[in-house]
Amino acid sequence: MISLIVNKKKYEVDVSPDTPLLWVIRENLGLTGTKYGCGMAQCGACTVHINGEAVRSCVAPVSRAAGQEVTTIEGLSPDLSHPLQRAWIAEDVPQCGYCQSGQIMAAAVLLREKPRPTDEDIDRAMAGNLCRCGTYPRIRKAIHRAARTMAKGGPK
Amino acid sequence: MSTFEMKRREFLRFSLAASGGLLIGFYLPGKSKMALAQDQSKAFTPNAFVRVASDGSVTLVMPQVEMGQGTYTAMPMLLAEELEVALDQIQLAHAPADKAYANRFFGEQMTGASSSVRAFFEPLRRAGATARTMLVNSAAARWKVDPGSCQARNGAVTHTPTGRTLSYGDLAAKAAALPAPDKVTLKGPKDFTLIGTPAKRLDTPSKVNGTAQFGIDVRLPRMVIATVAASPVVGGKVVGVDDEKAKAVPGVRQIVRLDDVVAVVADHMWAAKQGLAALDIRWDDGPNGRVNTGDVVRSLANASQTSGVTARKDGDPAAALAGAAKKIEATYEAPFLAHATMEPPNCTVHVRKDGCDVWTGTQVMTRAHATAVEVTGLPPESVVVHNHLIGGGFGRRLEEDFITQAVRIAKHVDAPVKVVWTREEDIQHDVYRPYYYDRFTAGLDARGMPVAWTHRIVGPAIIARYLPAAFKDGKDVDAIDGAVQLLYDIPAIHVEHVRHEEPVLATGFWRGVGVTHNTFVIESFIDELAAASKRDPVAFRRTLLGKSPRAIAVLDLAAKEAGWSRALPRGRGRGVALLYSDWGTYLAQVAEVEVTGAGEIRVRRIVCAVDCGTVVNPAIVKAQIESGVVYGISAALWGEITIKNGRVKQSNFHNYRVLRMNEMPSIEVHLIRNRETPGGIGEPGTSVTAPALANAIYAATGKRIRKLPIRIKEAV
Repeated sequence: MISLIVNKKKYEVDVSPDTPLLWVIRENLGLTGTKYGCGMAQCGACTVHINGEAVRSCVAPVSRAAGQEVTTIEGLSPDLSHPLQRAWIAEDVPQCGYCQSGQIMAAAVLLREKPRPTDEDIDRAMAGNLCRCGTYPRIRKAIHRAARTMAKGGPK
Repeated sequence: MSTFEMKRREFLRFSLAASGGLLIGFYLPGKSKMALAQDQSKAFTPNAFVRVASDGSVTLVMPQVEMGQGTYTAMPMLLAEELEVALDQIQLAHAPADKAYANRFFGEQMTGASSSVRAFFEPLRRAGATARTMLVNSAAARWKVDPGSCQARNGAVTHTPTGRTLSYGDLAAKAAALPAPDKVTLKGPKDFTLIGTPAKRLDTPSKVNGTAQFGIDVRLPRMVIATVAASPVVGGKVVGVDDEKAKAVPGVRQIVRLDDVVAVVADHMWAAKQGLAALDIRWDDGPNGRVNTGDVVRSLANASQTSGVTARKDGDPAAALAGAAKKIEATYEAPFLAHATMEPPNCTVHVRKDGCDVWTGTQVMTRAHATAVEVTGLPPESVVVHNHLIGGGFGRRLEEDFITQAVRIAKHVDAPVKVVWTREEDIQHDVYRPYYYDRFTAGLDARGMPVAWTHRIVGPAIIARYLPAAFKDGKDVDAIDGAVQLLYDIPAIHVEHVRHEEPVLATGFWRGVGVTHNTFVIESFIDELAAASKRDPVAFRRTLLGKSPRAIAVLDLAAKEAGWSRALPRGRGRGVALLYSDWGTYLAQVAEVEVTGAGEIRVRRIVCAVDCGTVVNPAIVKAQIESGVVYGISAALWGEITIKNGRVKQSNFHNYRVLRMNEMPSIEVHLIRNRETPGGIGEPGTSVTAPALANAIYAATGKRIRKLPIRIKEAV
């Protein structure tokens, strides 16, 4: 049994410790917002937080998350109130939407580390997250918008 | 009401009520799926698309599927405009497989070819107007007044002289008993209040909090997970399988061996993947096991020496060429391409003695249904397909191969089984954009203006396989699309298609279809003619577009916004490309690139001018152009599937490279607004990008790109 804390909720899962966290989140816990895209940390669709750090859950063994604070897209806010979610809606970012959970989770870490990121900061932080619909220009705008909201003291 | 109508309505009601899962994403607050499903039995259902429940909720049964292109917003806008409801009052349900939802361009339920708005611009407005008229008539009958004295607005009917009002919910039951009107009047463009506005997408909230349900997200009681290894060579067969080690992996339940694929069925994906890796499969590669990319190119080049089926002939090209002052010849090549949708192919199937359910995301509902019926041998009415949001289509989900495969596997599994392809399986078992080979000859007169144009397209006839009824007189409308509509005023034109099939890979539709390939070669070759004629590429095109004012308008706008005549620093260049096809959209793009001394390409800026006629949602149009451009840049710079011994060499995003955030140019989209017929918008941005980039590289370096992906060092 491995103990997990995901989105502040405790779980006990009976899986082998080398199982990638992605499959545990999706299949054992039923949190399907986190996506499988490549299985080799090339696309970022599976990005979640472990103790606030962006992690590619498709290559992170579940053992690494044991007892740590894991946050998935479902845990970002209960009501679409996170500045990134609001910015994503305002800028009409998603198209097919499949990569967007990972994009938002990567952006959340960027904004914590760089509350007013430059375009270069965004390039660096987001280059690992692929989008085949080409929503990159809107992601960039939405990150800047969320940064402005947070600077004005909007909800974290 | 005809018998057919009755049966159809019963069927729809059953489908909707029987499966709450058909109803998706965008509920009004406090509304449960079950409540909505139960409402259907008392609902006002004037046609296949519209349900007005007794609580006033409006459901649009979506004929087209959402794969990012915004159709789940544009279609409701069409309905809401005429039904007189607010856009956020509309809830969406995926349509079941039923001919009531056929796309008029294909005669079946199909989302593709940039056709959704074009196909449903009138039917959905008519559906809304019909429903509204019946609701108004119902209110007028209740009040015993003239319907002409009543007005519908915001989900309610008001008797204007007295101010009495009844909501659509109050009217639904009575309206259902009324006869459908013989004739309804649709609003003119000047009365549109929703169409033409940048309304927010309805699917966004579900896509930023993890609740959007894609096919891969299906979860069912007792469900097991499978992943597969299909023959690495098309046409290959399984000879033997040593599955001892795979069966020993904890969580692995079953190995399903079929003639061309082996599936590992497990409690979860990780066990299935490990099981697959532990399998020792011996394959008989069959006749394609020795084929390499070079063989394909050689046979295409050989085929290009023969003549093909004439698709267009103006004047006497042979005579015009013979009399030309200058003759220019060129051949072009475009590689096999994978779609690489972010959501890999997947399909969940539960086969039982008495029925079969299929959960997937498909662009072709009726084909998905038909293949499940065929593979299971069950009666059509006992097979149900549940469609989902699609995590990227780009043509990949116009094919039902992965559905057929999943149903074949599921027949051997005593539980619902979700078959998920790994990314490697996806890249190596796609239905690829074909390899094309094009041969051009043009003649210029003494002034340098073109007098003859011959274009020979060599490639497969996808239509012959995919829509055989549309393959007439050997003419493949896809292979020649974008080439036969050549807008340039050239007195002698010959366009022909040499059908040449390469069985080594399955080939099909890829974003922009035949137009993407043809626009690359045509807009590159016209650029060659401009260079040979020592004329500016924009000015040269402009002088040849006398019969196409809409084309001139987009060309002028793109050139103006891009600052076409402004000088650029050394190492940079601008290229232009123009697109027109049967999508009905005119698009001009100016690309600006920088080429380093080492031959590296940096795309700096893309400017597009678009005339797609009547615009339903300008924000979605712009997003689609941006999207198409990014897809086009990835393909132009890096996209290439190569074959060794019949096997695809690429396997994942590390060697099938696509554009990333840090490589993203600025993109500007400028719309020309008018009241022409709506044109398609999902694909044009892709089609025009490769030639604009190639022409920009020529401007920057003097090297002409005649083969994709762009490799400057190989160019001359």
